[in-house]
Amino acid sequence: MIRSKNVLLYAGLIAGLIVSVFPFYWLAVMATRTTPEIYSFPPKLWFGTHLFDNISRVFESINFFRTLLNTLFVATASTILVLFFDSLAGYTFAKFTFPGKKWLFVLLLATMMAPAQLSLVPSFVIMAKFGWVGSFKALIIPGMANAFGIFWIRQYAEDSVPSELLDAGKIDGCGFFRLYWNISLPILRPALSFLGAFTFIGAWNDYLWPLIILTDERKFTLQVALASLNGIYTTDYSLVIAGTLLAVIPLIIMFLFISKQFISDIAAGAIKS
Amino acid sequence: MGEPLRQPLEPHHPYPVPAKRKLSSEIWKHRKEYLAISPFYLLFAVFGLFPILFSMYLSFQKWDGIGVMTFNGVNNYRFMLTDPEFWKAVGNTLLIWIYSTIPMLFSALVVAFLLNASFVKFRTFFRIGYFLPNVTSLVAVSIVFSTIFSNNYGLLNYIFTSFGLDPVEWLNHTWGIQLAVSFMVIWRWVGYNAVIYLAGLQSIPSVLYEAAKIDGASGIQSFFRITLPNLRPIILFTVITSTIGGMQIFTEPQVLVGNDGGANGGGLTIVLYLYREAFINNYFGYGSAVGWGMFVLIALFSIFNWKVVQGKGTL
Repeated sequence: MIRSKNVLLYAGLIAGLIVSVFPFYWLAVMATRTTPEIYSFPPKLWFGTHLFDNISRVFESINFFRTLLNTLFVATASTILVLFFDSLAGYTFAKFTFPGKKWLFVLLLATMMAPAQLSLVPSFVIMAKFGWVGSFKALIIPGMANAFGIFWIRQYAEDSVPSELLDAGKIDGCGFFRLYWNISLPILRPALSFLGAFTFIGAWNDYLWPLIILTDERKFTLQVALASLNGIYTTDYSLVIAGTLLAVIPLIIMFLFISKQFISDIAAGAIKS
Repeated sequence: MGEPLRQPLEPHHPYPVPAKRKLSSEIWKHRKEYLAISPFYLLFAVFGLFPILFSMYLSFQKWDGIGVMTFNGVNNYRFMLTDPEFWKAVGNTLLIWIYSTIPMLFSALVVAFLLNASFVKFRTFFRIGYFLPNVTSLVAVSIVFSTIFSNNYGLLNYIFTSFGLDPVEWLNHTWGIQLAVSFMVIWRWVGYNAVIYLAGLQSIPSVLYEAAKIDGASGIQSFFRITLPNLRPIILFTVITSTIGGMQIFTEPQVLVGNDGGANGGGLTIVLYLYREAFINNYFGYGSAVGWGMFVLIALFSIFNWKVVQGKGTL
């Protein structure tokens, strides 16, 4: 009785897992096939032999490495800036008292309610006024300090950075910035690694804003380039699919390395808020 | 920052040290703290608050983004409220939200319960597998699913025909497009929500269940009396986040069926409508008005959800 229940339970879990993972397998299979094979009926469910051919045609039709470097640059710059500004602010909120602190923090939380799409048009107009349309600045600078990250770091710093350690640092003559950089930052590392991964993944996958901002093909990020490939090469689908595979792989590999901790942190973050 | 508090007190000042001066010297003493938290507030003022106020102003203007701005009164709002396309977009968004959120949260709850069973091995492995769709880019997901839901040679139609059913031209029907989009949303977010529910389940003290068992409660009773009430704040959190996310669906229909929302505009969501009006047709004033319409809708909807989930507990 109990054993059959267990079997049922595992069967349910595995069925769900197959649904989750199958599209990745399907993507990989299609990337090894020619376009007629992709559209053949019944569909080919096992790997073919045209992977390198498809990939080389991706390289011919777009400057893939430039696109990849653009994406890496935007995602890395966003991540570093977010980590710096959010940790500095979050740690300050956690460990110092100053007039108006409570209200400033409430204000910070309230800004999370403001929906981004509401200001899509005026944000674009502002970028145009700054001359940032078509520039990576428009993708990096507006988001380089955000309420969620400051909240996240503050929660972590409150419990993990000992006030005695900061006092000792002060006695030893550490200034405000040294206390942050040399003493607190190393302690905040676990919270930083989650915030960093979260920011990086978000920046890597961002689509709507880069689609509006990036006007020059040479500045395209992977998502924008992929969508434009999908719009142009409607008859050469194996090329589009191979491009999709190339765009997805780097992030999946990165995610597999950090996944265990990342998933626990996602859950912890949701439960705290 | 500026140069503060260096002005000497005027000698014939009627009051002793004014309280204001105390506060400002207190503020000056903490200038480094203010400096440390200032980037967020500066950025929010320029790229958050100002655009919101500006969009209010723009929504009463007629402007193509280049030429002269002319005052348009409430015409943008009037047009929005009478444009059948806008209401279609609202309806589509709500339908996609319903099609996706209910199965998504239900499946997530089931997955969380299965994973929470005490004897399950490889729990980490399962969690990673279920979470993987969530970190994958929406553009890539939409491209892959377009081959699954494709009208003629799609994978789904192959499955249909091999069971003797007629193939369906998914992307030629309003409901077909909406199902495809909903399925993508479900696929991407079940793992995310399951992980959150699982953490919620694991945070319920097992003492509660043991006590209920001693008092003779059945499994179903302890589910409704212990599990559900304890999970309620977490369920509320997931409902609110999926409402906000659901109202902003854009990438899936845009990549799947294009800027017009495909056949009969079945994939035209509010954000896709906003994007099309503002950035394809260059109606910047009108686009801002649509932004406000969407904001009101999200607010109403969040309040509604909040009431519903709160009310559930009194069953």
